[in-house]
Amino acid sequence: MPHSRRQFLTSSGTVTLLTLMAAAGLLGREAAARQWNKSAFDSKNIEDLVRTLGGTAPERSDDIVFVGPEIAENGAVVPVEVASRLPGTDSIALLIEKNPNLLAANFTIPPGTLPEVQTRVKMAETCDVYALVRAQGKFYYTARQIKVTVGGCGG
Amino acid sequence: MPNPMRIRARSDGDIVQVRVLISHVMETGLRKDAQGELVPAHYIQLIDVTYDGRIVLSAEWGPAVSRNPYLAFKFRGGAPGGKVRVTWTDNLGETQSHEAAVE
Repeated sequence: MPHSRRQFLTSSGTVTLLTLMAAAGLLGREAAARQWNKSAFDSKNIEDLVRTLGGTAPERSDDIVFVGPEIAENGAVVPVEVASRLPGTDSIALLIEKNPNLLAANFTIPPGTLPEVQTRVKMAETCDVYALVRAQGKFYYTARQIKVTVGGCGG
Repeated sequence: MPNPMRIRARSDGDIVQVRVLISHVMETGLRKDAQGELVPAHYIQLIDVTYDGRIVLSAEWGPAVSRNPYLAFKFRGGAPGGKVRVTWTDNLGETQSHEAAVE
């Protein structure tokens, strides 16, 4: 039996948010058990990533609205916004082509939540940023180049 | 330590706009400190937002989300007084959870 919660968490290899939320008394009735998808974050290209997420051949779509700067002064903090007009959108992911890891973030959109998110990401250098959307079981994407003057991934 | 999490949830008719600013270093593991040593990766991996106990957003993050992450989104079916709770877990097993009422 692990001596402490931290020992348990670090020795188990994976952390389930469900476990932690249950321990903290925070579980709602609809909380889903999940683990961090390491293989998604290790994917090197969009086709592999989509396959890891259970899909095939993403299609380019004009129904995904991507908002971001043309030029990011500070690659460490690039504000981006994605809004999907595709019916049945249930996930939105942000991919940064020339980062050490392609996948930056993957948002799951439950019913009742609008299919749009805003966040800020790090970009190592000028490259394409993709918004990858799953809608009704299929994957779609749009891409926009963002120029970076000072890279934001490492020293 | 600065405010660990600032949650603002504002209702506009049926829609609630949530804005969250989280204090977290979000270290990629690729940065070197002043001594030239690599700073270990330390970043939020899982984040859930609930409204009165029901999940309204969940996300998996990698180290490319910026330091002191900002997140904004909207959901339907909220009203003033309802509770928005944000819970995150990072790659070192640390977790935080905070709640705010919808205005």
